[in-house]
Amino acid sequence: MNRIMATLRPDLAVIAGHVAAGAKVLDVGCGDGTLMAALRDERGCDVRGLEIDPHNVAECVGQGLSAIQGDADTDLALYPDASFDYAILSQTLQTTKRPDMVLEELLRIGRRAFVSFPNFGHWRVRSDLLWRGRMPVTRLLPVGWFETPNIHHLTIADFRDLVAQRGLKVEGAWYLNGDSLISPAMANWRAEHAVYLLSRG
Amino acid sequence: MDLPLTSRASAPNSTRIMASLFTPSSQTYDLPDPLPLDGGQSLEGVRIAFETYGALNAARDNAILICHATTGDQYVASPHPITGKPGWWSKMVGPGKPIDTDRFYVICPNVLGSCMGTTGPGSLAPDGQPYGLRFPVITIRDMVRGAMALLDHLGVERLYAVVGGSMGGMQALSLSIHWPERVARVLLLATTAVMPVQNIAFQEVGRQAIMADPDWQGGAYYNTGRAPDAGLAVARMAAHITYLSEETLSEKFGRRLQDRDAKSFGFGADFQVESYLRYQGSSFTGRFDANSYLYITRAMSYFDVVDERFGVGHTARLSEAFAGVTARFCVVSFDTDWLYPTAESRKIAHAVNAAGAPVSFMELAAPYGHDSFLLDVPALDRVITGFLSR
Repeated sequence: MNRIMATLRPDLAVIAGHVAAGAKVLDVGCGDGTLMAALRDERGCDVRGLEIDPHNVAECVGQGLSAIQGDADTDLALYPDASFDYAILSQTLQTTKRPDMVLEELLRIGRRAFVSFPNFGHWRVRSDLLWRGRMPVTRLLPVGWFETPNIHHLTIADFRDLVAQRGLKVEGAWYLNGDSLISPAMANWRAEHAVYLLSRG
Repeated sequence: MDLPLTSRASAPNSTRIMASLFTPSSQTYDLPDPLPLDGGQSLEGVRIAFETYGALNAARDNAILICHATTGDQYVASPHPITGKPGWWSKMVGPGKPIDTDRFYVICPNVLGSCMGTTGPGSLAPDGQPYGLRFPVITIRDMVRGAMALLDHLGVERLYAVVGGSMGGMQALSLSIHWPERVARVLLLATTAVMPVQNIAFQEVGRQAIMADPDWQGGAYYNTGRAPDAGLAVARMAAHITYLSEETLSEKFGRRLQDRDAKSFGFGADFQVESYLRYQGSSFTGRFDANSYLYITRAMSYFDVVDERFGVGHTARLSEAFAGVTARFCVVSFDTDWLYPTAESRKIAHAVNAAGAPVSFMELAAPYGHDSFLLDVPALDRVITGFLSR
């Protein structure tokens, strides 16, 4: 696990560190396959990916990984029920057209779901909006409002509300500031990133 | 250049093919046993003509079977004996190429029913006369049965990979489902698990063009000095349009006139695209047998991999056809291919995924329509290299 923690993006390291060894995993929005390769090589997982960019899919294929080009908003419907131990959605929830439906799909396909997202409630984001009066551009949200793929910005509090409203069970929550894990206290102010492990309860 | 549709000045082209049929330049294997066919018959005295490249290693685990498309042949990376043109996939297959013959033992058989040395309707039946329409109707799985017999003969128990585009992809799919223990990787390009109705329709036009030619003579034209070259050329012209994209046609020809400044107010090949198609049609008759075209397109029209597994009239879903399949799949489509569109490849990918086997799928951007898998698409080279690397 230490090796994984050292090389992966922090939210991916949290996920990789908490996936059971040998599990069957679907990585939705798998990008170039970094997390999939780590899960396969370090945890012995059977990993599959869904990714919208064909160049990224080609990258995955080149590493011997299996990824299907597709759109989380539409193509998750093609996956059978309970066909994975975990469905992972890292840094992708805020780019989907209907995050609530994607969340439901994740927990239909996977028995558990890891969801990570940038927290729009972080103090720096709030102060940008308050003092500059402009949509924030930060390290984790580096693209201007007109071209950002993030179309559904959310805060940790928003996410907690959605999870409660849908009756989902939170099995784990991790909060990150910079590259470090921080305590849950005042997380909606202090955390740049959140990672949740959910189940149907 | 205002080519007539076909030239009848010399001996009919198909007759010349028959002369070459029995002196194939490639290796051949004569099956010792009759080949059972999906149609219920079995075929005796089957010969498979094939080419190989590279060498089988001591562990016998580096063999790649390449399945060719409708009018393709075994000359995947060596010059065509009739046209003299380079092999149809010589950019992909060879030393240091994506399908690297320094590493892999590549086998490419001519399919059953074809006319480049493998037994087909132009071959001699046991009575010493060409089969013609006495040749049994065959299926994609029958073609694969022939290929599997060849693999047995070559000592290849389990393929490193099977690779095919278009009809070659259908064979690769059929192989992966009916002989799952014999292949580790399946690479499918611009293909489908079930022949789409639009393609069945196009192929019927081609067959009717051949059969409407009086020189076809009910398929018994081989020893008559006449052959349905005009019909076969029309079939090829119609099919050729389906292989290209609108973009290719517009860029290559547009509405430009052929060697003239004004419309002729006649029926010559005024437009460049007309001249091009006439050339494609007439040159095709020099290397292909009309009856083979009938049989091979029939096999494609019949192709439905779920039917193949569960029988006609089943209610099974595509994913059920892949039950028990363990090979790793890579499925590639092209955005301008309207003959085997991306939706068909996506269906394969999700069916394989639902059945639990590892599968990758991507739609590559390429301007050339269905033919993209044969042409210069660097992204495809990278995908194939990557998929076969481990």
